[in-house]
Amino acid sequence: MIEPTAASVVPTTDPNTYLPAQPMPAGDLTDQMLQTDFWTDELVASAGIPIVDVPFVTVGSGIGSFVTVDYLRIAGVPTSQMRVLGTLDHPWQTYEYLTRVSQIPRGERLRSDSASRPDNIWGFPSYGFAEAMRTFNPKLLWQLFSEPIFADYYTPKAGQAFETMEREKNRIGYDEMLVKGLVRIVRRRYGGGYFTILTPPEGASATKRVAFRSQYVHIAVGYPGLKFLPELQRYRTEHNDYRHIVNAYESHEHVYERLLQQPSTVMVRGGGIVASRVLQRLMDDRLLKGAQTNIVHLFRTYYHGTNDGYGNEEDPRPGGGKTRLFMRRRGENGWAYQGFNYPKSVWGGQLKKQVRGLEGEQRAEIYKRMGGTNTPWRKLWQKQMNQGRKEGWYQVLVGTVDDMQPHGERILNQVRTAQGTVPVEVDFVIDCTGLEADIAEHRLLKDLLEHGGASRNPVGRLNVDRNFELIGTRSGNGAMYASGATTLGGYFPGVDTFLGLQVAAQEIYLDLRKRKFCKRIGPVRSTIQWWKWLFGSKP
Amino acid sequence: MLPTLNGRLQTRIFMLVVFGGIITFLITPVLPDGAPGLPGFDGTYYRITYIILATVLVLGILWELLYHLIQQFRWEKDWPTMFGLITAINEGALVWLLLELGLVPGLPQGLDDGDLPSFFWWAFFIDFSVIWFVIWIWTNGPMRVPFIRWRFQGGRIV
Repeated sequence: MIEPTAASVVPTTDPNTYLPAQPMPAGDLTDQMLQTDFWTDELVASAGIPIVDVPFVTVGSGIGSFVTVDYLRIAGVPTSQMRVLGTLDHPWQTYEYLTRVSQIPRGERLRSDSASRPDNIWGFPSYGFAEAMRTFNPKLLWQLFSEPIFADYYTPKAGQAFETMEREKNRIGYDEMLVKGLVRIVRRRYGGGYFTILTPPEGASATKRVAFRSQYVHIAVGYPGLKFLPELQRYRTEHNDYRHIVNAYESHEHVYERLLQQPSTVMVRGGGIVASRVLQRLMDDRLLKGAQTNIVHLFRTYYHGTNDGYGNEEDPRPGGGKTRLFMRRRGENGWAYQGFNYPKSVWGGQLKKQVRGLEGEQRAEIYKRMGGTNTPWRKLWQKQMNQGRKEGWYQVLVGTVDDMQPHGERILNQVRTAQGTVPVEVDFVIDCTGLEADIAEHRLLKDLLEHGGASRNPVGRLNVDRNFELIGTRSGNGAMYASGATTLGGYFPGVDTFLGLQVAAQEIYLDLRKRKFCKRIGPVRSTIQWWKWLFGSKP
Repeated sequence: MLPTLNGRLQTRIFMLVVFGGIITFLITPVLPDGAPGLPGFDGTYYRITYIILATVLVLGILWELLYHLIQQFRWEKDWPTMFGLITAINEGALVWLLLELGLVPGLPQGLDDGDLPSFFWWAFFIDFSVIWFVIWIWTNGPMRVPFIRWRFQGGRIV
């Protein structure tokens, strides 16, 4: 634990990275504050920033914040004890945007297990069971029974996830806890606890900033950002062309509209779930709406058989040898197949237990071994791709792109393959590679790394303990937690998923329970609370 | 399910003791006994059904070791819902085989030599399937309600 009296003052080289130049208006952060790791109450007060006292704040206001306060509400914490700080109107706002543009509108299915319900900490009844009951559909029950042997894994429709979250949000009084604004700084408080500085929307408060003084802070800010493939980004900026080269995670409906009007060739890059979804959209439009689209699918790694995160069976892996008999997955036609983002047991079984006991390099090794881009095997997708291969409008290339140049209205790619460089001329490129930005690109996380005592884990993200406490950030009797994508690489894999957020929330609840912040959810309380959930009454 | 070996064993024992115990108590008086009318509460019948329950439990622990091994061949390290139901077939068949061979200890005279009356097969079938089905349903959903950590710790209860 860091002794607050031993606080070091780390000078920032450039305070302007945080704030506009001086003179600062009253109620704003001062240089002195920015340069001090531990803030006293006087320091904050002297800057004219009003202080709000609340025991627990969660920063982010997305699904991570929602799931955590949901758990704590069920553990008996009243809404007055918690605040959700963030810019989102409702928890699934960012998620819905990202799923919608990456071709999962409300009516389409997510890649998520039936029992991973952010609106229901018990996962019972599962999405699948609920949907089967609501729609009187015995086929769904058969699917749940026979998955993944005789049927694809059941996955819920995006709309079902959002609607049920809305119901739960209203049930737990989420809006009473929500304070809108942007959080860029959380600092430890001299004497214990934390200050979280919120910048409310203009006109919403008398001062530019508001400080939340709390014993506990939870950070769930999600993906720090998405990166483009460097050559795509270069092309876009050099040629000022944002129409023909798009990322799957940005709105690109204009591409599909254009494809319906004019026969074109599209290059899809990537071999993951988003590539699958984008291909389905392209193929649906071709097969159902008459688009004359030719698809060139560029894989960087081509899977042709059993594989693991290091690649195909015979690809080199540390210690030599092939894939392990007990640790290999299926692959074919370029894809590595896996039901969900991780092997399923990371959420509760063998792999969860195994990773929990691993440190440093060993942990990084297993992350690598079970990682690698992958996608589920789904009947519909297989059927569409087979038809495309047979009829010649779906072609696969393996390699990387050396150069991209405009060629009239089209784009000429120089694709480096094992057989040499081949020119490929296309009308559009859809980047489905989904590279994630470094956590330091997020200002709040950068500040935590520089001034909050936080550190990086073996995979480079925020280093959290088994209870999701952010290692190195403890402040007196206070504790700071983090969950979600920013904590990938910790003792628990699968953090950036619905169920992962709930696993984290449970660990955080258990830790806060030890600290007497909430009640125990034992069998009796749990069962009573479940009935309350079922009937929609307040927890 | 996403069981660990320890979780498998704990869940198996918990389910058979709690649900197996309760259902056996309730169902024994209504199982066929070859005579007209219901057998009602009878110490001998309870002895038979509870010994069979114990046999399923002891053999089940060995079966779980085998299932755990099979699970290792699965990339996901999961145990599909369907497997939880269809393993009733191999497990039930083995118990019946042992009964037929007279290898289940402690049964009363007339049932301990493998020469089993035909009504006994139906009694065994009903008893075994009802318990198995209830446990299977409970494991795949309602169990998560009272025990919120159970599904995240590989089926461990303690």
